[in-house]
Amino acid sequence: MSTKSNLNIETSPLLESKVPQGPLGDKWSSHKNNVKLVNPNNKRKYKVIVVGTGLAGASAAASLAELGYNVDTFTILDSPRRAHSIAAQGGINAAKNYKNDGDSVYRLFYDTIKGGDYRAREANVYRLAEVSNAIIDQCVAQGVPFAREYGGLLDNRSFGGAQLSRTFYARGQTGQQLLLGAYSAMMKNVDHGNITMHNRQEMLELVVIDGKAKGIITRNLANGAIERHSADAVLLCTGGYGNVFYLSTNAKNCNVTAAWRCYKKGAMFANPSFTQIHPTCIPVSGDYQSKLTLMSESLRNDGRVWVPKKKGDNRKPSEIPDEERYYFLEERYPSFGNLVPRDVASRNAKDVCDKGHGVGASGLAVYLDFRDSIKRYGRDKISERYGNLFDMYEKITDENPYETPMRIFPAVHYTMGGLWVDYNLQTTVPGLYALGEANFSDHGANRLGASALMQGLADGYFVIPYTVGDYLANEKSAAVDTSHVEFEKAEQEAVKRIDKLLKSKGNKTVLDYHRELGKIMWDKVGMSRSEAGLNEAIRDIKALREDFWNNVFVPGEQSTCNKYLEYANRVSDFLELGELMARDALDRNESCGGHFREEYQTPEGEAQRDDVNYCHVSAWDFPGDPDSEPVRYKEPLEFENVKLTQRSYK
Amino acid sequence: MSTMTINLKVWRQKNASTPGKLVDYRVEGVSEHMSFLEMFDHLNEQLMKKGEEPVEFDHDCREGICGSCNMVIDGQAHGPQKGTAACQLHMRHYKNEDTITVEPWRATAFPMIRDLVVDRSAFDRIQAAGGYISVNTGAAPDAHAVPVSKEDSDIAFDYAACIGCGACVAACPNASASLFTGAKVAQFARLPQGQVERERRVVRMVEQMEKEGFGDCSNYAECEAVCPMEISIQSIAEMRREYMKAIT
Repeated sequence: MSTKSNLNIETSPLLESKVPQGPLGDKWSSHKNNVKLVNPNNKRKYKVIVVGTGLAGASAAASLAELGYNVDTFTILDSPRRAHSIAAQGGINAAKNYKNDGDSVYRLFYDTIKGGDYRAREANVYRLAEVSNAIIDQCVAQGVPFAREYGGLLDNRSFGGAQLSRTFYARGQTGQQLLLGAYSAMMKNVDHGNITMHNRQEMLELVVIDGKAKGIITRNLANGAIERHSADAVLLCTGGYGNVFYLSTNAKNCNVTAAWRCYKKGAMFANPSFTQIHPTCIPVSGDYQSKLTLMSESLRNDGRVWVPKKKGDNRKPSEIPDEERYYFLEERYPSFGNLVPRDVASRNAKDVCDKGHGVGASGLAVYLDFRDSIKRYGRDKISERYGNLFDMYEKITDENPYETPMRIFPAVHYTMGGLWVDYNLQTTVPGLYALGEANFSDHGANRLGASALMQGLADGYFVIPYTVGDYLANEKSAAVDTSHVEFEKAEQEAVKRIDKLLKSKGNKTVLDYHRELGKIMWDKVGMSRSEAGLNEAIRDIKALREDFWNNVFVPGEQSTCNKYLEYANRVSDFLELGELMARDALDRNESCGGHFREEYQTPEGEAQRDDVNYCHVSAWDFPGDPDSEPVRYKEPLEFENVKLTQRSYK
Repeated sequence: MSTMTINLKVWRQKNASTPGKLVDYRVEGVSEHMSFLEMFDHLNEQLMKKGEEPVEFDHDCREGICGSCNMVIDGQAHGPQKGTAACQLHMRHYKNEDTITVEPWRATAFPMIRDLVVDRSAFDRIQAAGGYISVNTGAAPDAHAVPVSKEDSDIAFDYAACIGCGACVAACPNASASLFTGAKVAQFARLPQGQVERERRVVRMVEQMEKEGFGDCSNYAECEAVCPMEISIQSIAEMRREYMKAIT
């Protein structure tokens, strides 16, 4: 069957998806057979810049260096190993079917497309599922200590949105182990002289020459030095922008700056409003709070989510008998139960709290209870599965989850939106690529658990080595001299912005602004969005941005380590991005996945898609200055292999 | 909710070439639920509201896994709570009017950048000296081609859990990086995948550690006591055994 969306739309010739012809299952292999190759002896003449060293960046850097390219890596942190991929807990999906439970590439593809509420590109998602198995092989060979069974083979567990066990894991530290694997592959190439690392360096501008990405401007975060770096291609692997909400599960330094500066140089930003609110996070406890901590989705394998049936029930959870507990996910979604996808679990938790059943001091929490699993499997087994998560929970809350249920609430976790990329992961600026969470490509309007690690590594290990070669084969390897006028101009832009920030000695701190922005975003561009609220958000963010440039206090000087200068610079970009997110959410008059517009819901309160008018990717083009209205173009999504249905997990 | 007042003595140093000193700060309005780093955020807000320069400190994930934070708190790397990085230490372990001294990691191999921020790139260079298994992308056999006993895999994981924070170095009277290096050596030595490069790896990593200016290990075991991941000093014994086997 074929579902074509309306073709009467504002398309841009730049948004050509470049999806290869042919049956879904053959597209990637035929593409690989047709891409141009760079002769092994010529590869060393090309230089590739990789910005960001998380799973996507480290795996891309290692793979390209192995092929013989010269690779320069950049990270804002003091070592590539600290990238926030390190904090991913639960696992990584692959279609190995080691459990003999009927898994296949097609099923992983299908679950991911459906999980994303049919707002991702079929061919990209299929490729992701297709390379998933090779990722596991690669990681095991690198010495990643995945969980194993007594027979010596790999163990699996289940994640939300799937009825199979296809998630590979390393206790509750899967991201750490995969990143250390990719980091070690990277360090091997540092050892061999194929990668030059630039740590504590922040990308401030993209350099575009004759319409192509040719380099970046960076600031050395230890001494403030502004540097120019030229290359034949630039890979942006800088993660997501969840910190626009101030409180999120992202690390404190995660930011949108590199991606945003690329947007301002012509890389279109796709589906910026698609944000994942993760259902199981430790609730907010006070105003001083600087971040939220995730409790892995894997916990929903063994934990049961409930609230008291009686509103405002203040009894201790252990004193509430079973018949007075509302296991709302199990009751509302009997076939997936506690393992519904994240967007569904989050919305339902919000719903029961809005109705007065929430627990804890704020009433903004639900229970995640391990009582029954501990009874069934024993405390040791539960500890083996989730010990580090239980310990972390206890450190933060001072409560022991073996004895009393965890209290959890949804929090911003991941951004499905990002720079628009074609099938080759190239943005609308030739020579500029976006990988991992920084791009928009694979998760549609909602990402399934254990798919972020899969996508980061798929892009870096198995996609980009082919597609960047295809581009470079057509490029003369004449490295641009950094004295080129475009480098000069880009550097001036970066310096001007920093000077402007440093001159600002107002009476509000960067944190004041970030918190205020976060509140607008959470209240109006968060789990539930409405036309009126979004219009208010646009107005409020504009006003806040203006106030920021007049009244913010930025301490210190340019020529030293100055983290609040870095922070001010990043928040200044969040203040522009937040508005674009609100515009995108306002423009999309439907609900899909994590994007829930109050006006568009089914009678049961589920997301109501509009496939006739909104089966497309929204890609936003920078209008030239941040206070003008951006232009929205559309890439229609064509589904040739799956039938678009109302997503049901009942 | 009642709040506390905490008296801090914090190491301030503009850069490596300027001498540093402990500076006293009185931080009011500290909630018991704040993390130690959130108390520093709070201090910095107070300083900036007075137009003063905030304290620089490294931090990122704030959930104990990235290894960025590095504070010696009252003489202990990462502070008093066992198996806990500074970012996961909460103020409920302190009481009103406590005085707390906070200093950076101190080691020749970790040069000063500013205040509590030091340069730990020596760890990257140790890792680059063979702290990997050479397998190019795409060259791996099926993940089930080589079974690994659950015991070996679990032990390898215990070593692999190192977050590379450098507390072991900061705590060691010799400023030795043996726990960090030993953990990586022991992880790979346990796994069938790590066998081919086993000898070459340990020799190169140990030599790099010395080159960086880290001291030798004299079994003080301070490293194990402060390690936020509670990595066993057994890893140092394994590293030595591996090293002796490799050079004889």
